[in-house]
Amino acid sequence: MSAASTTLVATAPARRGRLAADSGFVLIVSLVMAFLYLPIWILIIYSFNDNRTLTWPLTGFTTHWYEQLFQNEQLLTAIGNSFYVATCSTCLTLLVGVPAALALHRFSFPGKTIFRRLLLLPIALPGIVTGISMLNMFKMFGFNLSLETVILGHATALLAVVVTQVFARLQRLPKSLSEASSDLGANPLQTFIHVTLPNIRTALIGAGLLSFVLSFDEIPVTFFLTGRDNTLPMYIYSTMRRGVTPEINAVGTIIVLMSLILIIISVVFTVRDNTSKGIA
Amino acid sequence: MPAIIELSKISKHYGSVIGVEHVDLNVADGEFLTLLGPSGCGKSTLLRMIGGFEMPTTGTITLSGQDVTHLPPQKRDVNMMFQDYALFPHMTVGQNIAYGLKMKGIGKNEARRKAEDALELVGLVDKIDQQPHQMSGGQKQRVALARAIVREPKVLLLDEPLSALDAKLREQMQVELKHMHDKLGITFIMVTHDQTEALVMSDRVIVMESGRIAQDGTPEELYEHPLTPYVANFIGTTNFLPARITQRSAHETRLDVAGQILTTQFDRVPQGDRVRVGVRPEKARFLNGSAAPGNILAGTVSEHIYHGTSLRTAVILPDGTEFYVDAMLPFGMARADAPAIGSEVRIGVEPENVLLFDAED
Repeated sequence: MSAASTTLVATAPARRGRLAADSGFVLIVSLVMAFLYLPIWILIIYSFNDNRTLTWPLTGFTTHWYEQLFQNEQLLTAIGNSFYVATCSTCLTLLVGVPAALALHRFSFPGKTIFRRLLLLPIALPGIVTGISMLNMFKMFGFNLSLETVILGHATALLAVVVTQVFARLQRLPKSLSEASSDLGANPLQTFIHVTLPNIRTALIGAGLLSFVLSFDEIPVTFFLTGRDNTLPMYIYSTMRRGVTPEINAVGTIIVLMSLILIIISVVFTVRDNTSKGIA
Repeated sequence: MPAIIELSKISKHYGSVIGVEHVDLNVADGEFLTLLGPSGCGKSTLLRMIGGFEMPTTGTITLSGQDVTHLPPQKRDVNMMFQDYALFPHMTVGQNIAYGLKMKGIGKNEARRKAEDALELVGLVDKIDQQPHQMSGGQKQRVALARAIVREPKVLLLDEPLSALDAKLREQMQVELKHMHDKLGITFIMVTHDQTEALVMSDRVIVMESGRIAQDGTPEELYEHPLTPYVANFIGTTNFLPARITQRSAHETRLDVAGQILTTQFDRVPQGDRVRVGVRPEKARFLNGSAAPGNILAGTVSEHIYHGTSLRTAVILPDGTEFYVDAMLPFGMARADAPAIGSEVRIGVEPENVLLFDAED
């Protein structure tokens, strides 16, 4: 009895201390989460607020800004342009980046390290430098600036993202897997399709999604390389001179929603990849 | 027996580093051959060149009469069991095994049937639809074996096949692989750094040292008649003692080992008079009383090392070298029966158990 009570006495302060530490931890986490997500919630709330000026208190619920958004020709074109640019530059950068990563992984050649560093350089270069230098180059070759030149610019800047991610995954893949595949009679192409590709699939999806998002909201490179066409971030930026309108908040909310869907899709893919009963 | 694999003057250099140097080797059809040596001796490189994963710098490799030196792995009728098993993580066990058949153009149903047969052989037929990551190390090992033999290769290559298993399972798999070899009747070439594994499983063992073949022989030959101290030391344990030849005759050599006299019947007597004597610990025994003729080494017991089935006793000889004597501990015999630490003992060695090598440089 006395032994039991001493244990209680001894553990109670310890338990209290742990409780305090736990609630402290929860508080910090909540603050960090608020810092990250509060602006987004404010954006969403204002997009449904029945008032042109963005001030408290909220005056009422409306979907008016969404209706207006779908009548704004310029805005809709900008969204369309952004999708076009992001999709094309993602595809282009994957088409160039994946073979580049494979080559880097598979072959050793003189100057390989330098080549790898050069590939990574665009990630470190400010977009403004990439933009100006590509503008100069396109002018030199007599290209007309258009969405296509933006695509080329984005694809170049994003190459580093794709190559790094795919290369890192390839490095983690045991060499014995592709050796086993060729040992079992597969030629290099079959080995790539049946063994390498399924094992780097999640890296491809991840790099693709990231490229898409980066291209979608890219401003500096786009600023220099676009012709008359505007992408969504450029359009939003240009309307900012008149202040943030609730319409822009509505666009922001839609983008948040779509990003969420993309994230869910990628998570579902990754999870299924890890637990799947295999392909084929 | 006809040779299924012939290696002729195979060398592999990595820049200025020598991986394999001038190896000539014939492997008989149906043989269980083991390449044995410490890491970096070139044994894995040699195996990988037979498999086609690396190209020799010079030399030729023929597989049943055909020159395959520069053929890629997929064009060679050999299959490899990888050290890390290399099972495809995104496929089921059945798909893993059927992969090699699919590449051969064998139809889905027949491939499935053959995969089942192969799994039956390794006792895992109920696991056909499992994922590799759900299996234990031993099971993965068997799947890797099934995948390698399902294509019915002429030669099966095994790269350190048992190194990832724990001791008990390893012992069991040694016997299992040996039985599999007898059942399939194809040639096995295994790489290992574990001398027990080599002795237990192989028909013939190639001991390698810095890229070259140090000795080529049956397990018994290697153990009983090692050509060099390197081999004697790598396979089993050997006591080495510096000695001087005092008398040579047709069938016996007389030696002075730090003042004590030994005779040997070893037939490869080195040229010089300064030599090294090798004695296996289990070929030496303690003599009691005043009995026994020559071939005696006297010394003082310094330590007992208990191995369960045997007891190793360390004896310090007058010149300070340590000499091990192993004694089996059969039923009823305890370590207490061994000479006490600190006691003076006499060690008897039969003349046929004294090995002779060149002196150390």
